Amino acid sequence: MIRIKIVLLIILVIILTISGFQLYHHRHYQIPIVAGPGVTRVLKLSHYLPSLKGSMADTWVFFLEGQEPGGKVLILGNTHANEPEGLLTALVIIENGQVEKGTVIIIPQFNHSASRFTRPGDGYPLFFEIPTSWGKKKFRMGNREASPLDQWPDPDVYIHYPERQLLSFLDARNVNRTWPGRPNGLPMEQVTFAAMELIRQERVDLVIDIHGAETMFPVTNCIVAPEKSAKLATMVSLTVKAMEKFDNHVEPSPPKFRGLSHREIGDYSEAMPFLLEAPIPFLDQPTGPKTERLLLDGRDPFLLRLARKKKLFVPYDETGWPMDKRVGQHLSVTLELLKQYSRRTPDRAIVIHNVPRYAEVVEHGVGYYFVNPSTVSPDKIYFN
Amino acid sequence: MFKIIMAFYYLITAFIAALIFWNFWLEKKKVDRLILYLLVLIPMILRLLRIK
Repeated sequence: MIRIKIVLLIILVIILTISGFQLYHHRHYQIPIVAGPGVTRVLKLSHYLPSLKGSMADTWVFFLEGQEPGGKVLILGNTHANEPEGLLTALVIIENGQVEKGTVIIIPQFNHSASRFTRPGDGYPLFFEIPTSWGKKKFRMGNREASPLDQWPDPDVYIHYPERQLLSFLDARNVNRTWPGRPNGLPMEQVTFAAMELIRQERVDLVIDIHGAETMFPVTNCIVAPEKSAKLATMVSLTVKAMEKFDNHVEPSPPKFRGLSHREIGDYSEAMPFLLEAPIPFLDQPTGPKTERLLLDGRDPFLLRLARKKKLFVPYDETGWPMDKRVGQHLSVTLELLKQYSRRTPDRAIVIHNVPRYAEVVEHGVGYYFVNPSTVSPDKIYFN
Repeated sequence: MFKIIMAFYYLITAFIAALIFWNFWLEKKKVDRLILYLLVLIPMILRLLRIK
């Protein structure tokens, strides 16, 4: 029996070494973020709530400020780190955007802890790579919730603050359920509170939270907007449909579902929030293996069969729903929101140049817009 | 307060992991139980080492 025990212990050590090395590498892999020519200031989120300093919840905040004063927009990527189109959209703007009027503030990895935690048990890849003209840019595949290594234990039921709505225990680690947060709450409540402080102190006019959603989920391929943002969202939806030929309908933000960015930011600040959703077939349940390829091209034979039976909420054919299309949609909708808002409030206008729109991203691929980190000065590269 | 509770959970995990290992060591007959003890130990060890 002793021999069997020793053999089993050796097998355990081998399993722990192999899996532990891969998971450790994933958690500690650094993604270089290149601050493009438009970036004027870079701060940590802990600037707005010092208790975040030094924790995995702290993250970089990039400011792109124009020569002329104007309005301010906050763009959030990786609220859910398993919806990487948010991160890629934010990085395209950070690396390329040049602001003429107003200020664009970008947090590309809003739930930084979630970007260092994934679901190998669900067959998620640990990394994914975007092809560029200078090679492949490698990203960590994250998760919807923050890592339990940074916020643990989970409560039996998460009680939202301050509305006291009962939510799933997992939502205590989901930064799209912890708005507006509190300074002495759980780490993810502190993250959203720090962002609320940023919105209030910087007098932010618009907040755009970028996501992806399943094709079988009705709230997909849309702009989610509360009452105060609905008119602007509708104008943008109609404009992109007419001018750029893609659908992005408007979904009302439910007033009784608490903790979401599109609800609480509008209720607890002067800013107008918008949550953008693009279809991400990778997140649907009835798909084939959760591979890097499915994440990037969104092509799946099971979803195709379901689409023919009209079970999906978006048009779906053999071309799938590739990452370029998802990022392109987000960029066009973001630019159109800024354009329409600037037209309505010229004294708070936000004018940004050099950011590609839908057709350009679909034509060239999102990787075309990423700068090779080895060609820029090291002081322009940021690692979270 | 949150960090104190988290520290307690690490202590609880270490205690339970020790108990499981002790049961593994005392088991004299059933190999399937030995395998089960080790399978249950994996997530606890990964958590204690702050890997997963």
